[in-house]
Amino acid sequence: MKDQRLETRVDTQTIKIEARKAQVYYGTNHAIKDVDVDIMDKTVTAFIGPSGCGKSTFLRCLNRMNDTIPSCRVEGSITLEGESIYDPRVDPVQLRARIGMVFQKPNPFPKSIYDNVAYGPKIHGLTRNKAELDAIVESCLRKAALWNEVQDRLNAPGTGLSGGQQQRLCIARAIATSPEVLLMDEPCSALDPIATAQVEELIDELRSQFSVVIVTHSMQQAARVSQRTAFFHLGNLVEFGETGQIFTNPKDPRTESYISGRIG
Amino acid sequence: MTASAPLNPRAHHDTRASLLVQDPRTKARNATEKRFRAYGLSAIVLALLALVWLLISIFGNGLPAFKQSFITMPVTLDAALLDKGGKRDPADLAKATTIAYGKLLASALQAEIAAKGIDIGAIKPKDLAKMISEESPATLRNRVLADPALIGTTVQVTVLASGRIDGYYKGRVTMESAALDKNTSPEQLALADKLKTAGVLSMQVNPGFLTMPDASDKRPEAAGLGVAIMGSIYMMLVVLVLALPIGVAASVYLEEFAPKNKITDLIEVNIANLAAVPSIVYGILGLSIFINFAGLPQSAPIVGGLVLTLMTLPRIIIPTRAALKAVPPSIRDAALGVGASRLQTITHHVLPLAMPGILTGTIIGLAQALGETAPLLLIGMVAFVRDFPGAPPEGLFDPASALPVQIYNWTQRGDPGFVERASGAIIVLLVFLIAMNAVAIYFRRKFERRW
Repeated sequence: MKDQRLETRVDTQTIKIEARKAQVYYGTNHAIKDVDVDIMDKTVTAFIGPSGCGKSTFLRCLNRMNDTIPSCRVEGSITLEGESIYDPRVDPVQLRARIGMVFQKPNPFPKSIYDNVAYGPKIHGLTRNKAELDAIVESCLRKAALWNEVQDRLNAPGTGLSGGQQQRLCIARAIATSPEVLLMDEPCSALDPIATAQVEELIDELRSQFSVVIVTHSMQQAARVSQRTAFFHLGNLVEFGETGQIFTNPKDPRTESYISGRIG
Repeated sequence: MTASAPLNPRAHHDTRASLLVQDPRTKARNATEKRFRAYGLSAIVLALLALVWLLISIFGNGLPAFKQSFITMPVTLDAALLDKGGKRDPADLAKATTIAYGKLLASALQAEIAAKGIDIGAIKPKDLAKMISEESPATLRNRVLADPALIGTTVQVTVLASGRIDGYYKGRVTMESAALDKNTSPEQLALADKLKTAGVLSMQVNPGFLTMPDASDKRPEAAGLGVAIMGSIYMMLVVLVLALPIGVAASVYLEEFAPKNKITDLIEVNIANLAAVPSIVYGILGLSIFINFAGLPQSAPIVGGLVLTLMTLPRIIIPTRAALKAVPPSIRDAALGVGASRLQTITHHVLPLAMPGILTGTIIGLAQALGETAPLLLIGMVAFVRDFPGAPPEGLFDPASALPVQIYNWTQRGDPGFVERASGAIIVLLVFLIAMNAVAIYFRRKFERRW
């Protein structure tokens, strides 16, 4: 691990999302136990851990995507800038406009590339006219490093793009609503190494404007893109700290076993 | 595991045998497969034979219904007979009954025969008049009443020949059967042959089969499907307007919003059960609710449409729910992830993707409803209706018939002329069904999207 970025320091101390004693239950199954996590602003936070350890579940709690699962119950406190996101007064629709999400499998709408990106701003009423919408679509596609590839075929279906392009389109779609936090659930697991590299580069660029939380199976990826890393195991948050420290000098023996490949 | 220690010693027993010879197990398996294919093929062949048989019998019997024997001749519309007042007053004109027009036609036929120099043989004038359909005087009368200026002039008319003469040319009536028939005679048929040679009598395409209303037992030649087609179309409109929105709304609610609990489970099971309820039960339900309780008129397309809506609803809900289920969850996640509400997710993304399945299900449900007879019998749609229903929406409350009921009705009639009518009506019904299925396929292709 000679990657230079391991040395990158977290350059802000503003806390965006704060979870305290977060518990998640699926029916009677206690999936997440006592998780305390601070997601910093303008920082990439990686969640790593073996399959089924609850990292995706916890990620989906951060923008209440778990609401769609009837048996799922969340306890403890999760706040976005000090406001509890599970307060009964919170409308998940408003919350998700501020906390965007990119999924494991690229899932563009079966609509044109333009409509994919324009959908969020349209339903949230973020633009007053077509020109503004055009500008948002262009800037988001530029930020997602896709503009040069698709600028002359914005009306082509988004599903016709390659896997990597589709995933970047989904990222463009997610940032089009100008979220404060971007959640990414294994965004590169369906991509080849070249597309993965592009997306990782993109994540690093997005860090200047958003707080990014990424779930990944690849420890190399976590080491490459993140500044802070959380290691989950069997529903517990085992260790959480600066990425460099987690990978070079883990405090917990379980973390060390996992990153050295002995458990997982 | 090392290569030298096989897991199962017996597995290596046959490897020494030649690959070119099938071992007994392989032979048995291949024989089973061959038998299975033969069963499948013979099932298909049987089904095709049945279909071919059905089509041959329907088209063989039914196609003649689209052609009819007509008598073409000049008729002098005698003013003294038709308009005694001489003022062309509609009230006066209406006093001239079909009997007067019948006499007019009979004498016109006599004159035409004389003009062509045909020997009528031993036929009495009364029997001569019987060669013209009993429907024809009414047709002529309606034409004159619609255009009184015709009175006093000589017009060329084309009128229906009697059902027996028509049957003679369609092979239904022979000289032998005519000898035993009090409605016709071999002499009449011989004269018809002469008229045909002279060009007075001819076989023509009969648009009246599709446009005219039903006719009484004695005049199969005049019976048409007009009222039945109108009634069926009206009912399909009612079913489409009611069943599609209610069915889709119910499906969306059950699939996307309803909590999963005992009550929704019960509803689900019962929807599946309702789809299997015999349609005649819906007829009884419709009779008690819509006619006895709500007081809607009998024989009306609105009642038929409502009953068929009840019957069609489960048949729309089931495929619609299947279509909604088939939309990948990733699309829902994507929409929710950018902050769409549940309803926006459904209307913007899920419904458009499910549309081909929904439309196909709906149209197949409609097609089933179109062919449904039993419930309509119970709400009085089997009545003899000669008046066309008015324009919708009021027309929905006028009495009308329906295609399948008309077919059933005609198969009950005594005159052999109705056999071809019934088969012809089946052809019309089949054409409607094929057209609807073609529309379903078109929609499926048009809205199909890949993701």
